[in-house]
Amino acid sequence: MAARRFPVEAGHVLAFTRALGAADAGLPVAGDVAPPTFAIAGAQFDPDYPLRPRPGVPWHGSGGDAGLVTEGAGGLHAEQHFVYHRPVGVGDVLTGASRPGREWEKQGRSGRLRFREQITEFRDEADELVVTARSVSVQREAW
Amino acid sequence: MTPRELAVGQRFETVVVADLKRTQIVQYAGASGDYNPLHTDEIYATKMAGYPSVFAHGMLTMGLTGQAVTGLVGAENLLRFGVRFTAQVWPGDTLTVRCSVVHVGARDAEFSVSTVNAEGTEVMAGYAHARLVT
Repeated sequence: MAARRFPVEAGHVLAFTRALGAADAGLPVAGDVAPPTFAIAGAQFDPDYPLRPRPGVPWHGSGGDAGLVTEGAGGLHAEQHFVYHRPVGVGDVLTGASRPGREWEKQGRSGRLRFREQITEFRDEADELVVTARSVSVQREAW
Repeated sequence: MTPRELAVGQRFETVVVADLKRTQIVQYAGASGDYNPLHTDEIYATKMAGYPSVFAHGMLTMGLTGQAVTGLVGAENLLRFGVRFTAQVWPGDTLTVRCSVVHVGARDAEFSVSTVNAEGTEVMAGYAHARLVT
């Protein structure tokens, strides 16, 4: 994820909280703490995020036909870890910058599994670290 | 939550979704920005990707689980939260989060977190570390 400006907006936090089935407590106010996985929604502010249809870029989902199976589309999500240096609250303006982490392979029942780690640091306007996210994706490799 | 209120081995159980609807998965896609058609496009998921239906984002399961965890410790007190996704979550699933206290310190506590479906299959396993109010 590369989000140069990820404003933690009340309406966005409300929509995210609703999607998690929370009882509707109304529009959050400045300083209200976002759900602990909210940083992931920084994808909305990544101009090149590949899992969102973008104008002029082919989309692999169904339309007139059933879609396209893409090669190496990032694999499946195997693990997700967050370290909170402080809570994320409405009114924060974050940046998100990702870097690759470790890579390893494991022999699975149906082929070789390749694991890739990605580390994303979310910082506030004072450049202080707010959340460190580490995600692991897994992809099945052809024999 | 204070250290006095917790003891190692204590367990908390919360149902975080009953009969998961495809619409809630769509709702999560819209809010999170992850529009992977495996989660929202039944035709793509079944005909192209070979799954029996769409399935929930791992991050929806983690988000639902997070609601149970912060319900216990308070969102502002969470220090670490991490999970492994161990099985897919399908429309119709009912998910229960089990949090067990594994460590209580003077100012913090650690929990093991397990989310299971109605058949008892674990779909997600992880941990949470939280500050306690003293």
